Amino acid sequence: MATTTLEPRTVAYRRSWVLDWLTTVDHKKIGVLYIVNSFMFFFAAGILALVIRSELAVPGLQFVDESTYNQAFTMHGTIMLFLFIIPALSGFANYIVPLMLGAPDMAFPRINALSFWLLPLGGGLIFSGYLFGGAAAEGWTGYAPLTSSQYSEGVGTDLWIIGLTLVGVASILGAVNFIATIFKMRAPGMTLFRMPIFVWTVLVTAVLILLATPVLAAGLIALFIDRNYGGSFFDPSVGGNPVLWQHIFWFFGHPEVYIVILPAMGVVSEILPVFSRKPLFGYKAFVFATIAIGLLSWSVWAHHMFTTGSVFLPFFSFMTALIAIPTGIKMFNWLATLWRGKLMLTTPMLFALGFISMFLIGGISGVMLASPPIDFHLQDTYFVVAHLHYVFFGGSVFGVFAATYYWFPKMTGRKLNEPLGKVHFWIHFIGFNLAFFPMHQLGLSGMPRRVADYSPDAGWTILNVASTIGAFMIAVSVIPLLINVVATFINGEPAGNDPWEGNTLEWATTSPPPPYNFDSLPPIHSERPLFFLTHGHGHAAARPEDLEEDPGDDVERRDGLV
Amino acid sequence: MQAHPAGEHAAQVAIAHGGSGMPTALVGMLLFIASEVMFFAGLFATYFNARATSPGEWGPPAGAHELDLPLAAVLTAILVASSFTMQFGVWAIRRGDIGKLRLWTAITLGLGVLFLSGQLYDYSVLGFGIGDGVFGTVFYTLTGFHGAHVFGGAVGLTIVLARAWRGQFSARNHVAVEAVSMYWHFVDVVWIGVFSVIYLLR
Repeated sequence: MATTTLEPRTVAYRRSWVLDWLTTVDHKKIGVLYIVNSFMFFFAAGILALVIRSELAVPGLQFVDESTYNQAFTMHGTIMLFLFIIPALSGFANYIVPLMLGAPDMAFPRINALSFWLLPLGGGLIFSGYLFGGAAAEGWTGYAPLTSSQYSEGVGTDLWIIGLTLVGVASILGAVNFIATIFKMRAPGMTLFRMPIFVWTVLVTAVLILLATPVLAAGLIALFIDRNYGGSFFDPSVGGNPVLWQHIFWFFGHPEVYIVILPAMGVVSEILPVFSRKPLFGYKAFVFATIAIGLLSWSVWAHHMFTTGSVFLPFFSFMTALIAIPTGIKMFNWLATLWRGKLMLTTPMLFALGFISMFLIGGISGVMLASPPIDFHLQDTYFVVAHLHYVFFGGSVFGVFAATYYWFPKMTGRKLNEPLGKVHFWIHFIGFNLAFFPMHQLGLSGMPRRVADYSPDAGWTILNVASTIGAFMIAVSVIPLLINVVATFINGEPAGNDPWEGNTLEWATTSPPPPYNFDSLPPIHSERPLFFLTHGHGHAAARPEDLEEDPGDDVERRDGLV
Repeated sequence: MQAHPAGEHAAQVAIAHGGSGMPTALVGMLLFIASEVMFFAGLFATYFNARATSPGEWGPPAGAHELDLPLAAVLTAILVASSFTMQFGVWAIRRGDIGKLRLWTAITLGLGVLFLSGQLYDYSVLGFGIGDGVFGTVFYTLTGFHGAHVFGGAVGLTIVLARAWRGQFSARNHVAVEAVSMYWHFVDVVWIGVFSVIYLLR
């Protein structure tokens, strides 16, 4: 690509480091801000998780009263979902998507900065309930009529509504930005079917955010009107309908589940091929499976509402079970990518493999819950808590950590220490399963969620002790990560441009990249332009028979679908 | 949607590649409008749900006035007319006629303000409030949020008018006019939905 040298060269004006980060519109700096902000909220919500698990370890109320407990699980869920997982994955997408597309920045850099800065504001407002007489305490789902002014006095719930609305606006603006970037900013040669899988998952995620989040905003506004202006959307005494809230919330909330998991699937689908030294098996099948999940996600919301008695069970059960098909296709994409690959068990690869195995468990328990007879038995028990943590934590958060180890060298120019990373992974993996696997059995034996106490005669104590130990192991596992990050900044191994021998364009520039991203771009003839640049066609083959294919047909050759 | 030379040029300067088709700013506006459609879809869902589940006759609470259908019809005509005047302004600037753009934008803004004034007058004489039963809640929420969007569009029109007055638009460079006009048409279409659902489908 032709480059132009500016004469005279533009001179950067001097400004302080702090002002530079506060006013930046560079997608990479905004991406880093997203990630750092997300991890701060992760630690805060993680402390709340420890409060919950400490209280539940043994029967009786030892540490907090019921009201504090309710606030703790509400804030834990809200913050983990809306201010950790989604923004952390958005942060990686912010940093990586323009690089993967060969673009110099996002389509709307200033809106990008606005999207980010609304997050600490919204999150701060949600948390600030603690300063004004108690935070929201109705659970992250905020069911009516618990959220009515009658049952939830005080401003905590109002701050929760306002904060979530701001975070929602941030998400919507971010989604507009991602879609516009992906459709308008691709480098020459980067056709839609040459985009890296991560970009595809971000695109589908952005469409879901764009169309689902406004519906939640409408519901939150309706709730705010009910609480503050005498409205009666959800008040049955004057003609309203509390179940309406559940419809609105889950019409947003189920696409939301895929908003949380799809980018993590994208991360894993970037990492597995690199550390298997093979292309992703079935690229197009994966793309269409992602689109299918996005489409199906609009027709499954009422599986959260089977026990309300006001939804058509067979339809929502059937549609929910259908989602297992595209998800199963992805499982086979991943397994076939690993099959006979030259596996390198680096830390990002370990987290990616952890994702696959843990998400599989969460997916299977999800199909179980899609069956109304089972759901009627397990509604609001710890089985649901186990399921959602295997999906969100075993799935998405493993994806976040995989992305952290995978792209840290690109963002900082230094590789995180591998042995420390593996210590992190194993403590995390064992602690996670110890914390959440027993919850399946607790739920099957009837332990309800969102209770601060349980009877010593119920026989739930041993499993709760195990779960609490697991939760503290997860907390401990973060320590090697923090040590690793600090030590790497002080004296880390220099990464070079392409430490993992990657496939995608972010590895074609320096680590960290310059503000304008690329001096020049390699030719793009496939979804792995960098691999073909560094290895040429002949060495691309993992199997001898690949060599016999026509090297000119490089778009289609990778997955044998033709 | 036809291609806009001005937008293409700007895109090429800015990103050096990929700048064909619709200008990026208009893509962004269309996506934003898509999210707004879903926001109003949520509000319409609350309206239909309330109408389906609330007992008794659907309408303003007992003792209050009936809805003023003639006034609402006049306001509808005003807003629909403003969509036409907006489009005349867009066509003018595509020809490079900035004088006509100023004229049509000013008329559009005037019609928008007239609509908002009429709506506020309607509110002042209806005799029931947002807290008077579920009809009051959904009526004021739906019309109120639509009114807020008209206000937002009027702010956009004011900016376009001010920029047109300073001569900042040309046949090649007027992406802001196109974007604001898209938004204004969207607000108009939403009102047709609100009017049909609340006033006609009784």
